[in-house]
Amino acid sequence: MLTLAEISLGTTAKVLAVDGPRAFRRRLLEMGLVPGTEVKVLTIAPLGDPLQIEVRGGQWSIRRAEAAQIQVEASR
Amino acid sequence: MTSAHCKPGPSGMARGSARPQVVLAGNPNVGKTTLFNALTGSSAKVSNYPGITVDRRTGELVLPAGAADLTDLPGTYSLNARSAEEQITLDALVGLDGDPVPDVVVVCLDATQVARSAYLLAQIQELGARCVVALTMVDEAERGAKRGSLAADTAAPDAHKLAALLGCEVVAVTARTRRGLPDLTAAIDRALRKDRASVWRWTPSPGLHAHLDVVREAMPAAWRTETRHGVASPAADDALALWALTCIEPRTGDDDDELEVPAELRAAASARTVARGADDEAVLGRWNWLDREIPKLIRRKVDRSRTERIDRILLHRGIGFVAFLGVMAVVFMSLFWWSSPMIDLIDQTFKAAGAGLHRLLGDGIFTDFLVGGVIGGVGSVLVFLPQILLLFLFLGFLEDCGYLARVAYLMDRIMRTMNLHGRAFVPMLSGFACAVPAILATRTMERRRDRILTMMVVPLMTCSARLPVYTLIIGALIPGSRVIQGLLMVGMYVFSVLTALIAAWVMSKTVKPLKAKRLPFLIELPPYRWPRWRDVLRMMWSKSSVFLREAGTVILGCSIALWALLYFPRDLPAGSPDYDALIERAPTESAKQLLDDERQAVHLASSYGGRLGHVIEPAIAPLGFDWKIGVGIIGAFAAREVFISTLGIVYAVGGDADEASEPLRTALREAKRPDGSRAYTPLVGFSLMIFFALACQCMSTLAVVKRETGGYHWPLFLFAYMTILAWIVSFVVYQGGRLLGFA
Repeated sequence: MLTLAEISLGTTAKVLAVDGPRAFRRRLLEMGLVPGTEVKVLTIAPLGDPLQIEVRGGQWSIRRAEAAQIQVEASR
Repeated sequence: MTSAHCKPGPSGMARGSARPQVVLAGNPNVGKTTLFNALTGSSAKVSNYPGITVDRRTGELVLPAGAADLTDLPGTYSLNARSAEEQITLDALVGLDGDPVPDVVVVCLDATQVARSAYLLAQIQELGARCVVALTMVDEAERGAKRGSLAADTAAPDAHKLAALLGCEVVAVTARTRRGLPDLTAAIDRALRKDRASVWRWTPSPGLHAHLDVVREAMPAAWRTETRHGVASPAADDALALWALTCIEPRTGDDDDELEVPAELRAAASARTVARGADDEAVLGRWNWLDREIPKLIRRKVDRSRTERIDRILLHRGIGFVAFLGVMAVVFMSLFWWSSPMIDLIDQTFKAAGAGLHRLLGDGIFTDFLVGGVIGGVGSVLVFLPQILLLFLFLGFLEDCGYLARVAYLMDRIMRTMNLHGRAFVPMLSGFACAVPAILATRTMERRRDRILTMMVVPLMTCSARLPVYTLIIGALIPGSRVIQGLLMVGMYVFSVLTALIAAWVMSKTVKPLKAKRLPFLIELPPYRWPRWRDVLRMMWSKSSVFLREAGTVILGCSIALWALLYFPRDLPAGSPDYDALIERAPTESAKQLLDDERQAVHLASSYGGRLGHVIEPAIAPLGFDWKIGVGIIGAFAAREVFISTLGIVYAVGGDADEASEPLRTALREAKRPDGSRAYTPLVGFSLMIFFALACQCMSTLAVVKRETGGYHWPLFLFAYMTILAWIVSFVVYQGGRLLGFA
């Protein structure tokens, strides 16, 4: 199973599911990371973590451990 | 409430205030504050939500029919709340917990991210609010329009089509140029006369509805629309029941920031086991609708190429880090160097004012009170202003242009090792200049826990007031070349950073309210924008005036108390020589001065503060300190550098001694204990430096922590833990050093 933490820089993926504790999961869903949404990894912070992602035209910083809770599939 | 359709209910208008109540809601970074400033002008006021230190900004909104109260709510992505702090948005939108029921809710919708901001709007509409949409960032959505094309080439949705979809008026605004503001106020005015309607974009399943029915029944009268709106609206009550069902959890008791909800509602809501399913149904239901409808209105993607280009440099592995260090160096150096001429000016002005007043009133207790207590106290408050103004100038600029969020992004890897927020970096760095502005700067973090943890460790950083103390001790007591002395100074800085980081880690593991919660560290990195100077200056001013009003009064009170402690009683102890007569007869000016210094020393020793020094001597003797240092430590409460002038008086070399004063250094080197041994060995000096590094001897820091945490609980904790830590480490250093054979 592929997660957001594993996709490479610059590629776009599609969210399949969000795991993790309830409050965490709800917050990601409310931000619009719902199944079917496209996500792109834009940059990786100089120290290797967190990641800068693009979701729905907005840019976010997300930690690797948290990105690993988001299951994705590479969109072509 | 002028509508005939609505019975008068306990809205803002009916609750004594005759004005309509309007609140402004929206996501962070959508230009909400700029819009608020443009709508309210100079009438804006900043206060605090009671018990929770979140700024509450209110102002006057001029509507065609008259004035209304406008309240700016904290920026949020959703109404879901996990803490009392997040709950204030819901309370203000619905009219709970003492808030008036708003007559109109203005929701800012970001034209470049319509779906995301419409999610919040959907939640607000479910609750049955009268909404008006302010479509912001329209100019940004127009960026990248093809050359020569008409204005139609924008990424923003058409306001009319959006209004038809959302079922409320939509006004495109550009606060910068005031474009659309008259239309917006007219729309707010029209909305006042409309009926309330609860609009749901999804339908709860029968299973979920059964749970909502139970929770709704448990809602107290104050939560029901019948009480709040004057008309019962089952759909709006369901929306509030859904909020309760998804947000309320069983009380754990280990958190001072839990939701404030009625007990019976908590019991009903947390007994439901569907919570997770309800989350999914509600969130996905809203997004389904948004994803189906919003894309139809969006003509093209927003042009973010400028932000991406800048990020390629500023978030670059190598260059990005160098740029970061550069920005931080400028912030730090300006706090340290640029503020000092202003600080000196304030110092000198107050000294001159004191001297002038002395000449005017002549000698006497009242004069001494005014000069030493009041003027000195006001000066000790105002002296913080230059650094506060400068720090908030930079913070406002960096925040508004979008870089502050990137600081958190760049620093998160390091800061989170200690369970600190990435944004804690700037306050901690500012702590090298002064803890007071640094603690005020913790407001840039959203969560209370992150703010308090940062406040608890910032005072450990080597602030500029510790520098003269170290300089005096190193110069007077630590033998060795300038290089060794310099290295020791650097060592004190490193020591302070390490203790601050370790303290943060230990407290995040042991102190319950400071424990890290498992919440996603999701920070929006907003597009780079030019800050509006007016907004930055306004924030600078409001932070400073809040400091003067709320922390300043405490600091002033403490300074006067401290002054009295070292001033009274006026009578010298029995058996003291008659200094007035001696000074009268002294042959030269310098002899007179010597006698006066001696008198001051005798007086200080017999003052209440001096006696207190004797009282605490047994407690500090194991650290190598005598009562004279004890008096110095008490005096240092006003500000750490006062330690030096207090020692100057104690050693009868005059209260104007500074850290470079040779007479004071000599006096320290030659000071003897009763048994004839040296009072200040290098080991004592070392122990004293450690004590100053760790102890929280700064009433201003405590006053600001009190103001920023909204109670005495955290400042007392801060004082206690730092004092105990200082005592233990100094004890280990001094006694350990003696065991190892250092005198």
